[in-house]
Amino acid sequence: MIGTIVQTSFRSLRRDRGAFMMSFVLPIGFFTIFGFVFGSMRTSSTPRVTVLVVDQDHTDASRALVRGLLREPSLVAMTHPSATKENPAPADYTAATAEAAVRAGDAPVALIIPAGFGANPIAFGPGSARSTFQILHDSADPVGAQVVAGMLQKTVMTSMPATMASMGSQYFDREIGGLTPQQRRQMDQGLARLRQLQAQQSAGTSPQNNANTDFGGMVAVNVRDVVGEKKRSPMISYYAAGVGVMFLLFTASAAGGSLLDESESGALDRVLSARVTMTTLLLGKLTWSALLAFVQLTIMFLWAALVFRLDFFSHIPGFLVMTAITAFAVASFGMLLASLAHTRAQLAAFSTLIILTMSALGGSMFPKFIMSDTMIRVGYFTFNSWAISGYQKIFWRDEPIRSLGPEVAVLVSSGLVLFLLARWFARRWESV
Amino acid sequence: MLAEQEKSEAVPARVLPLRVTGIVKRFGDVNAVSGISFEIRPGSCYGLLGPNGAGKSTLIRSIVGRIHLDAGNIAVFGHPVSSAEARADLGWVPQELAVYPLLTCRENLQAFGRYQGLSGTKLTDSIAWCLDWASLADRANSPVKTLSGGMKRRLNMAAGLIHRPRLVLMDEPTVGVDPQSRNRIFEMVEALRNDGTTIIYTTHYMEEAERLCDWIAIIDHGQIIAEGTKEDLVSRAFGARRSVTMHMGATNIDLAAWAAARGGAVQDFVVHCSVEKPAEIAELLESATRDGLEVLDVTMQRPNLESVFLHLTGKDLRA
Repeated sequence: MIGTIVQTSFRSLRRDRGAFMMSFVLPIGFFTIFGFVFGSMRTSSTPRVTVLVVDQDHTDASRALVRGLLREPSLVAMTHPSATKENPAPADYTAATAEAAVRAGDAPVALIIPAGFGANPIAFGPGSARSTFQILHDSADPVGAQVVAGMLQKTVMTSMPATMASMGSQYFDREIGGLTPQQRRQMDQGLARLRQLQAQQSAGTSPQNNANTDFGGMVAVNVRDVVGEKKRSPMISYYAAGVGVMFLLFTASAAGGSLLDESESGALDRVLSARVTMTTLLLGKLTWSALLAFVQLTIMFLWAALVFRLDFFSHIPGFLVMTAITAFAVASFGMLLASLAHTRAQLAAFSTLIILTMSALGGSMFPKFIMSDTMIRVGYFTFNSWAISGYQKIFWRDEPIRSLGPEVAVLVSSGLVLFLLARWFARRWESV
Repeated sequence: MLAEQEKSEAVPARVLPLRVTGIVKRFGDVNAVSGISFEIRPGSCYGLLGPNGAGKSTLIRSIVGRIHLDAGNIAVFGHPVSSAEARADLGWVPQELAVYPLLTCRENLQAFGRYQGLSGTKLTDSIAWCLDWASLADRANSPVKTLSGGMKRRLNMAAGLIHRPRLVLMDEPTVGVDPQSRNRIFEMVEALRNDGTTIIYTTHYMEEAERLCDWIAIIDHGQIIAEGTKEDLVSRAFGARRSVTMHMGATNIDLAAWAAARGGAVQDFVVHCSVEKPAEIAELLESATRDGLEVLDVTMQRPNLESVFLHLTGKDLRA
């Protein structure tokens, strides 16, 4: 008897493709995405932090440090913007251009090697004369600045052995009273070898020394937020958009599903036998779905303003632009899903699979700064990523509406394409 | 077949509520409709009967413009069925409850009225008329899901008439309703007919067709196999003969062949045949006894539409 019950249930599951996918494909798909995001953290594909490096010192020591940073595998260090067709040989970053780039979201962190660093690169205790590094960062990425600060200490230790030893010798002379002539000769010989080694490392002719000998605090670092200094939490607008868009996609899918309900009840036939064309009907459904999405996002952001003190009211024009285009794109997406599905159950299964995948890849579930470059690039194929990007520009970076060009172009054009596809697939509801 | 009808050839096309001319619809290798032609007179109630799979639904969907025909054409008051004029003149009451369950009766009528291009006073007046016609005025603001089955059916009918069409197609409007509600629906249809509206009525219930329809077509295998008034159909099928129904006991004998040899048909050990005179029943009984058949009971009656349908299609209408 129990065997029959099991067999009946198995046959039902096997023939319900929606339930089958929800049971097996969806968990595996999600496991894979999480595996790519988190599982790679112990491998060489750990998400790397992009850092803009500004050398204000221009000494051998600072150049050695820059070269060390460029070699550091956990960083993507850049001393100048990438070359373009218009600007094939871009100038090196200055403190001002690097700060502007961080503000624009081109990189989460900039490191400024101060003038005077070469003369007094490291210190062994408080009160010692030393230059202070500046780390300018976007606190929307709370990890980047800490990674750069840590890597800076490491690089100083590993890329400048001669400088380290020389400074140690000077410290010894000052604090202990100096060496005997024999000791001084031996020390000078050792320093000469270290300088040779440092020169070889800088020239890239010796194997990289990745020994993690963190002495801590050898260089002074001052970390400064350059984006959102006065904002309460960088992640509020991020998740208001991220979570909002994810649920918008579900709502749009359900709203589009009313077509299936009406088809099943016969109401769709009745409507289409009146003076309503399929295009008019779909446009009506699209309008409703987009309006619903618009109101949902507005409520989400108003709630964020009320509870999390998001500065909503001084960003209303940008919010309206982003919300209108996001609502249009997700509504079109819902229409397409509904026109592809043949039953409500099928729609529920497909929409859950696609929406959760898009949300995971697009940054609705976990922040982009913990994703690898590849994952971030894949995320560009999702609405979530573009919507989050646009809302961050408005609410976090205080950028003007004209900066939303890429988001407007992508969301509007993809919305149009999806709607046209929905219209194409909806032909099955027209006269046969 | 058209020549047999008592229809005036002189009726101009723009006055003729419906003219179906040689329509053909194929689905793959299946001929769902094979060259059907008929006309409907103004103000008549045209009954369309046919067993499941006969092509009735395809014909209905063709008339409401939901099917692209492979051949032939359909005109509503002289206009092609897909034209705006035809849509304005044609109302459709589908078999399904094609209304919005979460909306109230009034909201449903508003929606379908607007889909038909109504607005303002015209829409308001039409909603009031529909609610009154369907006896739903006191439930105007009730959501559909709270209505009884009969009320839902009446609202379904009202939604098809919201634009006050001159020709209404009702596809089994009494499916699943209790006898009392069915009677109310009959009264609605009769009231409509008395107002001069032309009606096409499909049903699986012979008594409905006999009560409401003044012209009946029987469709089978995608063709109209008989058409006329009820009396015409009975007379053509049986003449002066009476129909005989014989319930037989279980047997291994080929009952179908036995019935066919006597001009009849069999369904589930029930033989349907006809006799010229009542005395012929005795011969039938003797023949059955001689052939080893057990006759459980015999009834004789004047033939009705059910008998005609069975005679022509070999199937019970509700089979």
